Amino acid sequence: MIIDCPCCGPRPVSEFSYIGDAEVEKPDMQAPVADWVEAVYTRTNPRGTHLEHWQHLHGCRQFLKLQRDTLTHEIFAVELAGVYASGAGE
Amino acid sequence: MTSFRIDKPSVVDFETPVNFTFDGHSYRGFAGDTVASALLANGVYLFGRSFKYHQPRGVMGAHVEEANALITIGRGAHAEPNLQATTIPVAEGMEVFSQNRWPSLKLDLLSINQLAAPLLSAGFYYKTFMGPTKRSWMLYEPFIRRAAGLGAVSTSADDQAYEKDHRFCDVLIIGGGVTGIAAGLAAARSGLRVMLVDDRNVWGGQMAGVDDDLSGQPLDQWIGHSIRELQELGAELLSRTTVFGVYDGHVHGAVQRLADVSSHDGVKRPLQRFLKIVAKHSILATGAFENPMLFKNNSLPGVMLADTARHFMDRFSVACGKQIVIYTNNDSAYDAARRLAEAGLNVTTLIDTRPSVSAACQSLARHIGASHLVGWQVEKAHGRHKVKAVSVCKIDDRRQKQRISSDCLAVSGGWNPVVHLASHMGMAPVYSEPMGAFIVDPDSLPCHCHVAGPVAGSLDLPSCVNGGFAAGIKVAQQLGSTPPDPIEATAMHGFIGDWPMKADVETLSEKVMLDFQNDVTLGDIKLAVVEGYSATEHLKRYTTLGMGTDQGRTSNINAISLLTQLTGQQIENIRPTRFRPPFTPITLGALVGHHVGDHAQPTRLTPMHDWHAAQGAMMVPVGLWWRPRAYLKPGETLREAYIREAGNVRENVGICDVSTLGKIAVQGPDAGVFLDRVYTNNFATLPVGKARYGLMLRDDGMVLDDGTSWRLGENDYLMTTTTGGAGAVMQHLERLHNLYWPDLRVSFVSVTGQWAGMSVAGPKSRQVLGKAFSGTDFSDAALPIMGVMSIQTASGTILVARLSFSGELAYEVFCPACMGTEIWCDLLSHGADSGIQPYGTEALGALRIEKGHVAGGELDGRVSPYNLRLDGMLSKKKWFFGKPLLERDGLYGDDQYRLVGLISEDKQPLQAGAHVVFGDKASPGPSQGWVSSVTYSPSLDEEIGLALVKKQALEKDTGMYAANPVAGIHRKVRIVSHHFLDPEGHRMRL
Ligand SMILES: [Zn+2]
Repeated sequence: MIIDCPCCGPRPVSEFSYIGDAEVEKPDMQAPVADWVEAVYTRTNPRGTHLEHWQHLHGCRQFLKLQRDTLTHEIFAVELAGVYASGAGE
Repeated sequence: MTSFRIDKPSVVDFETPVNFTFDGHSYRGFAGDTVASALLANGVYLFGRSFKYHQPRGVMGAHVEEANALITIGRGAHAEPNLQATTIPVAEGMEVFSQNRWPSLKLDLLSINQLAAPLLSAGFYYKTFMGPTKRSWMLYEPFIRRAAGLGAVSTSADDQAYEKDHRFCDVLIIGGGVTGIAAGLAAARSGLRVMLVDDRNVWGGQMAGVDDDLSGQPLDQWIGHSIRELQELGAELLSRTTVFGVYDGHVHGAVQRLADVSSHDGVKRPLQRFLKIVAKHSILATGAFENPMLFKNNSLPGVMLADTARHFMDRFSVACGKQIVIYTNNDSAYDAARRLAEAGLNVTTLIDTRPSVSAACQSLARHIGASHLVGWQVEKAHGRHKVKAVSVCKIDDRRQKQRISSDCLAVSGGWNPVVHLASHMGMAPVYSEPMGAFIVDPDSLPCHCHVAGPVAGSLDLPSCVNGGFAAGIKVAQQLGSTPPDPIEATAMHGFIGDWPMKADVETLSEKVMLDFQNDVTLGDIKLAVVEGYSATEHLKRYTTLGMGTDQGRTSNINAISLLTQLTGQQIENIRPTRFRPPFTPITLGALVGHHVGDHAQPTRLTPMHDWHAAQGAMMVPVGLWWRPRAYLKPGETLREAYIREAGNVRENVGICDVSTLGKIAVQGPDAGVFLDRVYTNNFATLPVGKARYGLMLRDDGMVLDDGTSWRLGENDYLMTTTTGGAGAVMQHLERLHNLYWPDLRVSFVSVTGQWAGMSVAGPKSRQVLGKAFSGTDFSDAALPIMGVMSIQTASGTILVARLSFSGELAYEVFCPACMGTEIWCDLLSHGADSGIQPYGTEALGALRIEKGHVAGGELDGRVSPYNLRLDGMLSKKKWFFGKPLLERDGLYGDDQYRLVGLISEDKQPLQAGAHVVFGDKASPGPSQGWVSSVTYSPSLDEEIGLALVKKQALEKDTGMYAANPVAGIHRKVRIVSHHFLDPEGHRMRL
């Protein structure tokens, strides 16, 4: 697999670290336990298109949001997630 | 020259002899020979024994389709098993061994398996070992392991050299036959970066050395010119390179064989190179394998594929026999027959199963002077170790029989395209009626994958060349280059165009061999169908058809054809089994490359490493780091050394290199808020100039890591982590910041390597620091417990924090890495009067276990703060990460583990990893927990340990044991508080 990092360009998957399901709602700090159980343990594990978080661990260390097909491993879209995501932070 | 060489020019260079051995016997081949051609030329026909029945086997295929002639090259650590004798060029001094025979190839005692054949039928393994009689596996395993198998892997370390490399190109063409060469020409003429890869050591594939012409040019000349043009156009041509797998993201795995034996001049050169090839487009031009014909004893040496007989003659000047009989169901074998006859070999008979053949075939048979039996069938090959004769009969009148003398039965059951790599990509091959085989439907492939030649349904020379060229043009168009005009090549000979007729299952013996490598017969297939395993994937698993290194290269299509007849299915509706990588066996050496020994992973050394080494410290790897384990004095054992070092810390003062601790600079206006959220305890109130011990949890509430964080300035913290946890903590912080709280203004930088760290511990540590940094006040008032101060020197800032892991009065001194050795030596010289001694990780461990501090042994990712009795560190006033899921009731149940101390009742050492049990050695009972860390305690003069034991077990503690049944050790232990020493912490408050 090759991931096209918005910062570094196309790089082999071995440089990246899978972080988790990006479709899971991140609970608020004060959210009830049930919400955290949902966020930490419950996964839909779809066959097909899926949103995922990856980190370019051995590169720019940025967090990326990928739209990826879990069947064919085709990557449809890559964007920065987290602090430098468009609209986040400053 | 031996009697099996013929006088005909070929790639074999008769001026250059090559000496090698086969099972200890010396043979002479020539440069250009393969192991197979050299042995055949020497009259050797027996190459190995079959997998289950130990039947004699010889060469059946020309190259990578060979299922029988598997060999091992080299011995000991250099042995490489399961190689095909047909693909390995002979080299001077090469040692070749046959496989799966015992005690010798000719006299194989295990060929008694042939008599026991009914016992080894389909589903044998399942029926015998998986059912209620599972125990019988124990009984039979040694026998089965010796009897059934391929080559053996050496257990000693391979010291030969291997390499890894990455390659990139616009188009990767897999297969350097005429199809691939044509595709390469079109792509390279369009200006694309072309890689052409082939597993043979010559270009042209199946057609190399074939006497034909292409658009009026001799075929060999066309191949030579085309390869030269490709080189001039900058294409990368890799021969002896097998693309063994196709993976996601246009990634192809390939292994290039650079040499088959180590060089003799002492210079280590790589034998193999593992290539990861990333290609924008790929063209599969992998050609086709000829299918065997089906009859009794069809696996006997001397039975070989028709084009293989032609190949050995054309390419290696080897005659496969003196009385050749051709047996076919299609036209292609007539071409082979013509070439064999024209080279002067004696083709006595042509047997064709078809009821009638074309006039062209008839005239060809007349031309070569062979008797022509049309509508006839071979019933059996005769001979014990080699074909001596064949029995044939007329299909529509089976009473008409003949027995024909022959030493080589050359068979052709049609051609089977090599669709393996498309199958790796998940594409299901489709049945092609005219081909009588499964091919790849180009429309089923992703847009960057293309097929040409037999894989796409072409078999004759012109359509392969034209189709290959067209595929190259298509890639050029898709990549926006200007392609050349298509070509319309023509050929002189080649296939006439009548396709194979499948064998009728009713006319075949049960003993007909289908899968030569796995010894699967028609009888096995019939049995599997009767027992309900008639789907192809079930059939494969039940009978082992298509397994092994061969993956059904020459067996699949025959088996599927018979299966459809047995089950009444339509072959169009059959989905062949999925092929899996690797296409051919790959050595672990190639995959690992140079990443062995010291190069397996990076090595991290602390700034004071050279000093430790000069002292002769015993070093120990900790993750990527090398740390001093103990500084042994002459004559001292490790145990004596760490007891001395730890005792000296309690009595005087010691110094320990702690540079390996993870260090992360956490900075920014919201750094304090951030730390308050990631640590379970309160950090918001930590003043500048103070450090605090903190506990960090994962999402699920389990402990991630612990360490201290030092507030150096208003917005400036220095976090320390455990040596092993540094990477995971860094990633944890980054993840929480990015995905949970991107609004916080905080940033993280790993500064582990920037700081040298040393722990100065012991009742005399204050006076050592006072001397080393004269003018600095280290009194309890100036630097209280958990205080941090910075000392400015000309060379840089030094941080001193009053932290104790050992329980003694102790300081951690951090300085820039470049000053590490200078400060370390300074502290040692100023501490000489105080009796300072360096101490290593063993003493460090002993000291912390005496104090009941947790470390790697306890922080294994499965423990909660409650398990570690650190629940006092969970703030009740604030929210912290991991808190919600830590509130689950189950984490506080009676079956939860609790940290305890253990003392060995009989003063014998305990072992980490031992189970804590109630019972004695005879009846230990269920595990109640495990021992996580152990040491000898100099302070207590006891063998002690830390353990995690179930709460309910602690409540009815009636004396317990630490059990290590593997080592046969069972120690009576006493359960105590994990704070073995000074639980009130008086010693650090000096
Ligand atoms: Zn990046």
